[in-house]
Parts: sequence; structure tokens; C-alpha cells
Amino acid sequence: MPLPVKTDDKQAMTHHARWTSYWQAAPLAAVLLLFFVLPLLVTFIVSFWSYTGYSIEPGLIFDNYRDAFDRCIVALPDLCTTFRTYLSTLRFCLIVWLLTLVIGFTIAYYLTFEIRTMTVRLVLALVCTIPFWTSNVIRMISWVPLLGRNGLVNQLLVGAGIMDQPLDWLLYSNFSVLLAFVHLNTVFMIVPIANSMSRIDKALIEAARDAGATGWQILLYIIVPLSKTGIAIGSIFVITVVMGDFITIGIMGGQQIASAGKVIQTQIGALQFPIAAANAVVLLVVVLMIIATLIRFVDIRKEL
Amino acid sequence: MVPKASRGEVEFVQTVKAYGASVAVAGIDLRIPAATYCCLLGPSGCGKTTSLRMLAGHEAVTSGDILLDNANITLMAPAKRGTAMMFQSYALFPHLTVAENVAFALKMKRVPKVERLIKAKEMLKIVDLEAYAERRPSQLSGGQQQRVALARALITRPSALLLDEPLSALDPFLRLRVRGELKRLQKSLGITFVHVTHSQDEALALSDLVVLMNAGRIEQKGSAEDLFSRPRTAFVARFIGAHNVIDLGDRAIAVRTDRTKLTRNGLAHTTSREATVSTVEYAGTGFAIQLVDDRGSELAALVSEQDFRTAPMAEGERVFASWAPVDAHILEGNAR
Repeated sequence: MPLPVKTDDKQAMTHHARWTSYWQAAPLAAVLLLFFVLPLLVTFIVSFWSYTGYSIEPGLIFDNYRDAFDRCIVALPDLCTTFRTYLSTLRFCLIVWLLTLVIGFTIAYYLTFEIRTMTVRLVLALVCTIPFWTSNVIRMISWVPLLGRNGLVNQLLVGAGIMDQPLDWLLYSNFSVLLAFVHLNTVFMIVPIANSMSRIDKALIEAARDAGATGWQILLYIIVPLSKTGIAIGSIFVITVVMGDFITIGIMGGQQIASAGKVIQTQIGALQFPIAAANAVVLLVVVLMIIATLIRFVDIRKEL
Repeated sequence: MVPKASRGEVEFVQTVKAYGASVAVAGIDLRIPAATYCCLLGPSGCGKTTSLRMLAGHEAVTSGDILLDNANITLMAPAKRGTAMMFQSYALFPHLTVAENVAFALKMKRVPKVERLIKAKEMLKIVDLEAYAERRPSQLSGGQQQRVALARALITRPSALLLDEPLSALDPFLRLRVRGELKRLQKSLGITFVHVTHSQDEALALSDLVVLMNAGRIEQKGSAEDLFSRPRTAFVARFIGAHNVIDLGDRAIAVRTDRTKLTRNGLAHTTSREATVSTVEYAGTGFAIQLVDDRGSELAALVSEQDFRTAPMAEGERVFASWAPVDAHILEGNAR
């Protein structure tokens, strides 16, 4: 992999200095190589191996990929299991992305433009991170006593006479999965968007108002375009997390809802590593395609 | 050029701005005639920027009124007033091209795209930047950015253009050139320019009307000549510079440094002071000599090159700083 050389005028650099910058980049490169490139490479290689119920054989066969899309093309226009799973995962992803974007943008806007003092802004930003003081799983499980059949919400609804009987769809449903996803991921939108917004010169907003822009016009023509990079970075966080998720969907969906990540988890559980690896590669390609599309709209390098 | 009907008569009537207990502008009364180049001058924190921002509508007025062309604009939205503001750091929109920046106000008014871009190009022609219409602000030099900001402010055809330290971001050489351009533009447009600055040179060079502010009040207003030759108070004399403020006990006077003579023998105490030379600086047209008198007050004298050559003086020497009675301008209040 290419090592980054940070320089504007390479010609001015001596031979010695050039090697120095390589050495300085080496530790991070080694970490990435060991914990990112290597596992990815192994996954890619294993996806071409063959397996039986009790053994795994090195090889170079494409059966795993064919199995991953078993009869998917011939069955069209009916959707095969894989396509249905991906469609459902993508749908979750889209809804969660939209919700976290709207909520995250609103909170970031509030923190940046409505809060006047730095201290209050810092305190409120910290409050946003409080849920992260406990583990992911605990945060999800905490919804159970609230949303369960005999949970607080149902007790309240029935007790107040609004409902005759408890609602079933509050927990172990698409609703609860969405709720948990939004709850867990909104902060990943808030932080990069607030970061982008904090770089907007307040004089720009005054200049826009001086030119006759209304509140909505300022939002649409000044704040949103100048927050685009933050929106893109937050979107990448949320999309990659939701596309690969199996824990949230498992716990909040009562192990009843399929997702691309959950398929891989099940196959690993059955020790079918090669097909799991093939599915992982497919998922990676899908996510990369989504991110590539996003980056076409926004030049993230501007912000970094 | 044929002068257009002049516009932009500005009037502050007992205008006050207070932030809680602290008063930024303490009830100013000021009438700026139409088509005037007016500079609000003063040290930082004197209320000049706050006054400008109240006129622009970016700061709410605590009490009093502001009028523009006989309309009370105190409570109007910034864009409805007939003012336009040019911001200190220009505040150009970094994500828009130069043409889009200039056309922004028209876009907000939903003027069709073709029409507003044509108008923007016309405006860019006035500031001589047509060739840069498709560039981004970051690709322009400081002077070019300043002209884009000017074009953007002028596209709404304001009666009063408000400039917040418009020259402070430019290098000294460019500052002089742009200064001349601003004055020419103001004359040809026939509108009022209200220009905030802390530089007395800028104010004296540009203004039809100089308004010197101090601690939220107007210390003196008048033509540049008025302020320079007839400073009302010790503060004005000191701020305008090139004046010695001399305490005569019962009153204070101001004497221009170029009318202050240095001699080796003393005269009457009412027309001279004994002092020690502290620094001697060559100032091109002569020598600027700083002195400290026995009471610790600083004096200065601008001695012509010829006079200095005939009677040179060095640091540490004892001399008498004297002035002709006719050059002593009596100040209101004391020497503080």
C-alpha cells in the first residue's frame, strides 16, 4: 500500500528527509497492515476455498459466490433470499440514514447556531455522548423493560385506558430495530456535522441576511452547502454501521429479522467460513459502491 | 459623469445601544447629508462599529431612532432599509462563484437566473472583475475579494453603503490605491458611504464628514480640516495626532507638532516648555523629535531638515519647546 509522503515540494527534500517521512508513517502503516489489510486479504482468499460439513479445503473455486446468489437471476422478477435480505437491509439503512440525518443536523444546528456560550455548547455536546458510557448491548437491552409486552409504555397506555390491550409491535419488530439504530447512530451524524458547521464564519450568515435571505434561505443556500462534508462523513459512519450490523437487528428484532450481516454471522456460527467470507466480500463491495456514490457529490478531502 | 439624484441622508436620533448595564452607544445625534462620504473614527470599543451595525440592522437599537432618506428604519429588516453592508473580512460565500456571490441578493428575491447573472456581470464590470466571474473567492487576491464584496453590496442599489474597516485586510500599498477607488466610486454613485475605521489618516483623506467617537459618544464631528485644525478636546487632538496637548494650569491648549519650535534658550512659560530630547527620528520631510518635559508629559516636534542641520540636537539634550501664541488652540476641558 502507498505510504503517505506529506510534502508540497518534493524537489526541495533531500534523500535523507524523504526516508524520514516514511519512517514517521511506518507505525500507523504497520497497524493498518496488520489489523485491516491482512484480515481483509485473508477473508478474500478464504472466500475461494471449498468446505464440507466438517472440513475446509484451500482452493480457487467460485462456488461460494454462486451459492451466495443461488438461483437469484433465474428466479427474477421474484426475489431470492439474498436479494430480499439485501433489500431489507438497504431499506433499514435508508430509513435510519434519513432519520439520523434530520435529527443529527437539527441537533448540530442547535448546538452551533442557537447556543451562544462555548461552555454551554461543550456541556451539551458531552451530554450527547453520555449514552456511550455503557456498552452497545446494554444500551439496547435497556429498551426491553420500556417497550416489552408488560413494559412501562404498555402499562401506561393500558393503565390510562388509551389501549385495551398491550401493543405487540413495540419490541422485537422493525420499529424497535429502527428505534435502536437511530438511538445508537445519531451521535455519529451530530459530531461531523457540528464540526463542519462550527467552521462556518458567522459573518456569512449576517451577509446573507443583509442580502435579504430569510431563515430558510440561509439554511438552504449557506448552511447546508457548507455542511456537506460533515453530512457525507456522518453518512459514511451510519451507512457502514447499519449495513454490516447483526447485533442490533438480532437483539431488537428478537432474532427474527434477516440482514446481510446476520446471514454472515449465522454461517460463521455453523463454521462455514468460506461462504461467510464470500458474503462478506459481497457486502463490502455493496457498501463501497454506496460510499463511492456519496463521494461523487461531496469532496471530503476539502474538510480533512 | 452627470451626478445622479443624491440619496442616502442618514440620521441618528438619540440612538442608544446597551448590553445589560454596559452602554456601547450612549445616545448619539448625527445627521449625515445625502451623498456624503462619512467616516466613523475612534479607538476600539468606542461604539463606531456598533453604530454602523445598528444602521445596517444587524444590531437592535435599545432606544432612539435611525432614519434613512426621511424614513424611520429603526425596526426594519436589514434588506428592507436601503442599506447594504460590506463586512470587515468581506464574508464572501466560499462555495459560490464570484458571479453567484454578487447575484446572491437577487437570488433571494427570486430574480430569474439569467437576469440576475447579467446584472451581476454588469456590477463586476464596475469593479473591473468581469474576467473572474467564474472563479471562487479563495482563488482571488485580497484586493480582488474586496472588490467582489463591494459589487455584492452594491447590486441591491443601496442609498447608503456601510463599510466596516474595509481596508484593514489589505497591505499598505494596496490600501492607498483602494482608498482612492472607494472615494471615486462614492462620488460617481451619488450615494452615502459610512466607513468605520480606527485610522485617522484614512478618515482625513476620505471624509466629507469625520465623526470621532469615544466611549459611546461623539467627541467631535466636522470636515477633516475642522478636526485637524480645530480639535475640540484633548482627546481629539491626541487621536488625530500631530498635536501637542499642553496643560497651562487654567486651560489646555493644542499646538501642531510642525508649529512647535525647538530652541536652546527659554521664553515665557506660557509659550514654551523646557524638556529633554528622548528620541530623534528621520521622517523623510524632516526630523520627528520626541521630548519629555519635567512633569513627565510627552511632547513632539517636527523640525524641517534645514533647521535640524543648522542646529542639530541629540538624545538627552535639554531644549525649550516653544510656540507662537497664534498657534495655540484652546481646548475644551482639561488636558486629560
